[in-house]
Amino acid sequence: MKFPVAFAIAAIGATVAHAEEPSAVLATYADIALAGYEDSLETARSLQSAVNALVTQPSKETLAAARQAWLSARVPYQQTEAFRFGNPIVDEWEGRVNAWPLDEGLIDYVDASYGTESDANVFYTINVIANDKISVGGETIDTSRITPELIRSLHEVGGVEANVATGYHAVEFLLWGQDLNGTGPGAGDRPHTDFDTANCTGDRCDRRAQYLTAATDLLVSDLEEMISNWQEGGAARNALTQGDSTVGLSALLTGLGSLSYGELAGERMKLGLLLNDPEEEHDCFSDNTYNSHFYDVQGIRNVYFGRYERIDGKAVEGPSLATLVREKDPALADEMEAKLNTTYEAAKALKARGETVEAYDQMIGEGNAEGNAAVQAVIDGLVDQTRSLERVIAALGVSGVSIEGSDSLDNPDAVFQ
Amino acid sequence: MRFRSRVTVVIAAVLSAFAVKAHVATPRDDLSARDRARVEKVTRPTSDFSKPEAFERMQAGAATTTKRINADIFSHPSANLKFEEQQRFLLGNGLFRKDWVTAPSSTQASDGLGPLFNARACQSCHIKDGRGHAPAGPQEQATSLLVRLSVAPTEEQQKNILAGYLSTVGEPVYGGQLQDFAAAGLPAEGRVRIDHEDVAVALNGGETVHLRKPVLSIDKPGYGPLRPDTMLSARVAPPMIGLGLLEAIDEGDILVQEDPDDADGDGISGRARWVRDETGEWKLGRFGWKGNAATIKQQSADAFSNDMGLSTPLSPDHWGECTEAQAACRAMPHGAQPQLGSEEVPTDLLELVTFYSRNLAVPARRDIDAPAVLAGKKMFYEAGCTGCHTSKYVTRRDATVPALGFQLIWPYTDLLLHDMGEDLADNRPEGMATGREWRTPPLWGIGLTATVSGEATFLHDGRARTLLEAILWHGGEAEAARKAVVEMERAERDNLIRFLESL
Repeated sequence: MKFPVAFAIAAIGATVAHAEEPSAVLATYADIALAGYEDSLETARSLQSAVNALVTQPSKETLAAARQAWLSARVPYQQTEAFRFGNPIVDEWEGRVNAWPLDEGLIDYVDASYGTESDANVFYTINVIANDKISVGGETIDTSRITPELIRSLHEVGGVEANVATGYHAVEFLLWGQDLNGTGPGAGDRPHTDFDTANCTGDRCDRRAQYLTAATDLLVSDLEEMISNWQEGGAARNALTQGDSTVGLSALLTGLGSLSYGELAGERMKLGLLLNDPEEEHDCFSDNTYNSHFYDVQGIRNVYFGRYERIDGKAVEGPSLATLVREKDPALADEMEAKLNTTYEAAKALKARGETVEAYDQMIGEGNAEGNAAVQAVIDGLVDQTRSLERVIAALGVSGVSIEGSDSLDNPDAVFQ
Repeated sequence: MRFRSRVTVVIAAVLSAFAVKAHVATPRDDLSARDRARVEKVTRPTSDFSKPEAFERMQAGAATTTKRINADIFSHPSANLKFEEQQRFLLGNGLFRKDWVTAPSSTQASDGLGPLFNARACQSCHIKDGRGHAPAGPQEQATSLLVRLSVAPTEEQQKNILAGYLSTVGEPVYGGQLQDFAAAGLPAEGRVRIDHEDVAVALNGGETVHLRKPVLSIDKPGYGPLRPDTMLSARVAPPMIGLGLLEAIDEGDILVQEDPDDADGDGISGRARWVRDETGEWKLGRFGWKGNAATIKQQSADAFSNDMGLSTPLSPDHWGECTEAQAACRAMPHGAQPQLGSEEVPTDLLELVTFYSRNLAVPARRDIDAPAVLAGKKMFYEAGCTGCHTSKYVTRRDATVPALGFQLIWPYTDLLLHDMGEDLADNRPEGMATGREWRTPPLWGIGLTATVSGEATFLHDGRARTLLEAILWHGGEAEAARKAVVEMERAERDNLIRFLESL
């Protein structure tokens, strides 16, 4: 479908004094993405410093500081998840930094209850930290030096997605260790001496420090790469702002809908409720899941309202989708905003519960009616807001723009209808 | 194969003793007369190889994914799903990747694995939703390959096979499949061992290809020696893409291609595999290496039961594949929880996995206008590959998943059984399929096999390491096509492979 952009703008322009230009809305979107990834980088660099302090002088304090730095780093990053699904460049990259869930036995020692073999995953308890070389399928991999390159090569090794060797959750595991409390209270509780070569617990503390350093360094360089995609002239920005803005808006809205309904409400929340399984927890070692969900919800709002509050308190804002929708259909804009607000309130309540009552893995426990309800409320809000989002997509005339084409032979993306 | 024309009235194979109902190819009832004409026109095989055909790049219609090509390329949902359906897809994905644990465990909804099993998770074998692989040598463990077992049926059992109530007769102790893992306290059934023999094939132009012929055996049998006449057949996990679209192909569009007595004399017969579905009705078997399942739901339930030892409403035994002779196995704790349903994998979870399995998207083709690809496409048609690897269909309008309905798709399969010759034969009949017959597998996405999993190998037992090797193993009804490829000029053969790699 090729027609409506120019048309639609003209139509809006005739009745409204300062019509929101789709291209300007997309520019705001790209600006918020850039700021979000910049903030993610800055907080990842703080994490890098804290990790350096931890491995140089392991103590309760330096470990606590590193954990705090990790938690702070999640705040801007989770808000950038709103840029997934609509942007192929982000989708291709995302697995390196935020893959989840992970079989932690690939990386380090695990509790005996974890089991010692998994048919499926020959790397299940391979323990890179404990071994200078690992042998799999007759092939020997030299792991004597744990470098960013090595752990990159081990990521999803054997084609098993749970072999997460890099990213936020690998770092999280190294800072917290396994959460062995099931759906009971408590997060992972790794001692700082796991990094102390003088009083080492858990063996090979030097190599654990190497791994943690390598994973943090890699996170920093991955974020640097993503920032370049969103700067002026960057590939992700160009893909949105240089083409047809109808396609760009479609990408933006697809991203919001897919994150709301499928990823967050579905795979990250509903599945956990369905199985009452503490393993189905996004930040499962640190028990930070309520925050990671909350900031996802925040990220969706940022994109819709065209406003992002940076970690330094300054705002990035500009022409927004909210205004575009309001110009087109004020009633629909009211509806959409009310639903976003309902979800936001539910997410705030989830966060408050996580901070004051119980951890997320307890909330999804079987028989915990109140905890289950707190999670369900966010799911309901996300599902409901996506229904309005579908109406927004229809009202803006950007439905299915990415797949529909004319039937002409010179359009290779055409499909028979 | 017969020329495809829906005007011809075709009576399905009346299979000797058992009375499968006669299938008469009537015009498709899901289409208007105008649509029928449009479908007939758009699915007609091309004869113009100078340029790509219309709609060819989007080989799964609007469900085709155009995401970036990387190891995740088989893991995306049908591109035209609604947000709500995307959620079902992702929930199914969560279950597909989930590691099940043996009962009892603290996570009651995720236990029930085994007692005997081949894998803990669906994705362990369907690596990155793609193809599994054969072990590279006798010492390597088979992870995404399993072995089916059976013995010759008695007369009574044969009657049941012909009536569709039995597919094979399992080994009396080991059952129909060898599970190489078991819950703690129970021996595994054994270890699959594959040795290889070298088979050299000389090609026109002086090149020699060395094929590896697998020799299959079972090491360390855990329950005593297998009956000496046990028939073994190794199977690698097939890729998961496009299955819902195959399910949505009109049955008549398949049956019209049957030619069991090779009436047209082209050397290719092809017959439908008839199986009983979960309601007991005769249905076209579309899935599995010998077409043993009519629906994706059935295939999923079979995999849960046989491969992971998990009960579903379709296979309600909690002990999965433990036989009566394996009494200790049957007595192990199971994972069904009354408050969650009467099976370890209750209906809602099975439905989610089924939905997921229906909607793994086929990637868009690459380089469709490259001269080598077009030349290779011509070779593919001229060598007779399309005699079984039928290129195009338009799916039914009333597809179970609306997004998969009325799509022009290019799976390159007729979903029929063909005699593939002695070299590929497993000599292990399954239902009405003989020990020499295999169902034509779809080819879409085959060019991205290595992108998704570098270890992946081709054919039912994963013996072929390359596409050329896979072609050279063809025999029987495909003998003429194989010969044509052997006799091609080197450049022609290279182009043929380039075409396959563009799928």
